[in-house]
Amino acid sequence: MEFVRNFPLLTIILSLVSSVLCTLLSGRAAKRYTVILETLLILMAGAVLAYTIRSGTSFTYVMGEFPAPWGNEIRAGVLEALMAVMLLTVLLCGVQGGWRFLELDVEQSKHNLYFSLVNLFTAALMALIWTNDIFTGYVFLEIMTLASCGLIVAREIGRTTLAAVRYMILNLLGSGLFLLGVVMLYNLTGHLLMVPMAGAVSELVEEGAQMPLTFSLAMITIGLGIKSGMFPFYFWMPDTYGASTATSAVILSSLVSKAYIFLLFKILFRAIGAEVYVALPIRAILLLLGVLGMAAGSVSAIRSGSLNRMVAYSSAAQIGYIFMGLGLGTEAGFTAALFQILAHAVTKSLLFLTTPRLSLVSGDSMLFQRIQGSGRRAKDAGVFFTVAALSMVGIPVFAGFSAKLLFAVAAVETGRPWVILAVMAALGVSSVLNVLYFIRTVIRIYAKPQDAGPEEPYPVPKELRRQYRVSAAVLTGLNLFLGLFSWVTANLIRQGLSMFG
Amino acid sequence: MKRTFQSWLEGDLDLLSEIPDAAEVRNLSRRKLKDIHKEERSRIRALPVTRRVARLERRAFRSWYRILAVGCCMALLGVFLFMTAHVTRYGEENPRASEVADRYLAHGVEETGAINAVAGMILDYRAFDTLGESHVLFTALICVMVLLQRDSKNMRPDYEDYFRIRQEWYYPTEQDPILRRVGMVLGPGILMLGCYILLGGHLGPGGGFSGGAVLGTGLVILASALGDETVDRILTGKRFRWISFVALCFYSLAKGYVFFTGANGLENHIPKGTPGAILSAGLILPLDIAVGLVVGCTMFGFYSLFRRGSIGGQ
Repeated sequence: MEFVRNFPLLTIILSLVSSVLCTLLSGRAAKRYTVILETLLILMAGAVLAYTIRSGTSFTYVMGEFPAPWGNEIRAGVLEALMAVMLLTVLLCGVQGGWRFLELDVEQSKHNLYFSLVNLFTAALMALIWTNDIFTGYVFLEIMTLASCGLIVAREIGRTTLAAVRYMILNLLGSGLFLLGVVMLYNLTGHLLMVPMAGAVSELVEEGAQMPLTFSLAMITIGLGIKSGMFPFYFWMPDTYGASTATSAVILSSLVSKAYIFLLFKILFRAIGAEVYVALPIRAILLLLGVLGMAAGSVSAIRSGSLNRMVAYSSAAQIGYIFMGLGLGTEAGFTAALFQILAHAVTKSLLFLTTPRLSLVSGDSMLFQRIQGSGRRAKDAGVFFTVAALSMVGIPVFAGFSAKLLFAVAAVETGRPWVILAVMAALGVSSVLNVLYFIRTVIRIYAKPQDAGPEEPYPVPKELRRQYRVSAAVLTGLNLFLGLFSWVTANLIRQGLSMFG
Repeated sequence: MKRTFQSWLEGDLDLLSEIPDAAEVRNLSRRKLKDIHKEERSRIRALPVTRRVARLERRAFRSWYRILAVGCCMALLGVFLFMTAHVTRYGEENPRASEVADRYLAHGVEETGAINAVAGMILDYRAFDTLGESHVLFTALICVMVLLQRDSKNMRPDYEDYFRIRQEWYYPTEQDPILRRVGMVLGPGILMLGCYILLGGHLGPGGGFSGGAVLGTGLVILASALGDETVDRILTGKRFRWISFVALCFYSLAKGYVFFTGANGLENHIPKGTPGAILSAGLILPLDIAVGLVVGCTMFGFYSLFRRGSIGGQ
């Protein structure tokens, strides 16, 4: 067996060990260590990606001596490796670029604990991406939930505590529903590993016992939907994303919700089977909720009065896109949804890195009146914010455009008039609404400030500024890559999907 | 009214902004503070904001919220009842779910060396899940530390009062003669019981999680009976961190080694021993000890953080 096959296991174990190690280090050392570790993890995931592309196959990795239905397993294919590389890169950029805000927001003596949480989150992210076992998914989902609560409250202001409590209540509800669904699926099929479970599920469908299966799958879907901010459950977003420190906001908005959705993908494809899922009524409901979410999230974003809340609410709309792709139920739809996961991760992280900078040069305020002209005061943040905003709106050459194009093509390919109409209408309405609030904000940050504009309250050292610019530039580069060379990623996703089933 | 409720729901509206801070009255005795707090609460209840919120909530709850909540709960209840009808009855064998469980029961002893099938299952067959599970507790501990840790390293001027108030507010448990005497008698016994449950996990009911919980309880009882300073002498903050570090690292690395050898088809050279002997079942016993130490430390850590904002003194 090639050594590269051990890398998925190593990414998980290394992050777990590092999380404990960080509690013993000083804050600065913990940060340096985390950055080195994440670079290493990206290299490992990249090696796995190259290996799977070259060999054209996926592989499973037995965790211990006991093979498939008895012991745990992880699995790596093109799709998993691609997700791991991209999401880890976003994470690294978030940690590097958010450092200057972390210095201001989080108490100095707790920096090592913060990075311990970041590492725990990384381990959970890796485990959720690589897992081939539903229950492993649940365990690491719990780690991710708790770690994200910790990441929110790390900035000790009243609003984050409130946000974390709300976030935790909703997330625990989601976890509970997910666990109930898993228990029911185990009771119905007798397996927790995804491949044997898929076999038992297809037997069940042949016997015609679909109702209990549908309900348990619905519970899993709703549970993960609550956790990732599906249409009716997105009201926890603004405080959670908007009030926490920049790195936490990047992690929560770009990575946590994506990890949950990717787990849902894995369950639908590998534990239930794509054919069974497409035939279930859940698909149509997901399509509807996705379309509604696209509109409702944008409307909430328009109504919000401050920059961070607006950016946070736009996540709800973008998550709606992903669920719409899931609901289309065709291969093109799934490809578009997975592409949107990457595009949104890259774009939203850039937005959340730039908004605190814009607010810092506006007297530490996120209110629209105060940030007027902030793009002139902080030139780098203004440019990066504009790039991300244009991508969100869907201007060609940026990632958002490619994602929308993929969705439109996928909808037309279904050939069902109502679906085409709904998706096209939703895409159009959502794009127009996006223009309304993002372009308005871009104009505002470059408009002439009403008064002279406050001085920057907290000057930052040069070194941190460079880090910030480099990570924002990397995210911009990724955005352009996804936009200009979308077929590379889309082909990889298709290749990954074909080895998924 | 509806808009106000909406903006409160979304977190825009801070309803507590009009309520003043009671910081200036901290330097007082317990009884006096209690009275002041009582007064404060009734004053807050009389504030127009509070009244408005109360009225708002009453209205919102009276109309749609209640109906919706009941409807959702009834729908969920229906789903659950329907599902229960499809679950295997208690005590009956599930014809579908028997393949994996049968193998665990039939070959568990020879394959894992543990007489306790549950220990064999969670620490050998599905050890990866348990690896995650032990880190769930660690994550919770880190979160509580982020939220509550107040020690000499992050001392701010306004924290000085904070420590004094804590001392005055909390009942000094170590001065209670009954608790002290009972704790002295029970504490060591509970610790012994914890060790027994911890070490016998592969032989009978017990194991790392339950044993660790008992150990943690014993430490909490000792700390409240003998005073925090007494326990500090054994379990300093530094030692606490090192115990967690060593136990969790050992767990991750040992299991990583087993996963690595298992997946690569190598021999792992871990003796299974004779089933039933205390030194048997391969890695299960050391893993149980590691898990137990982590769980015990975490339980005591929670108590200590909630009670005085630090682990092992300032």
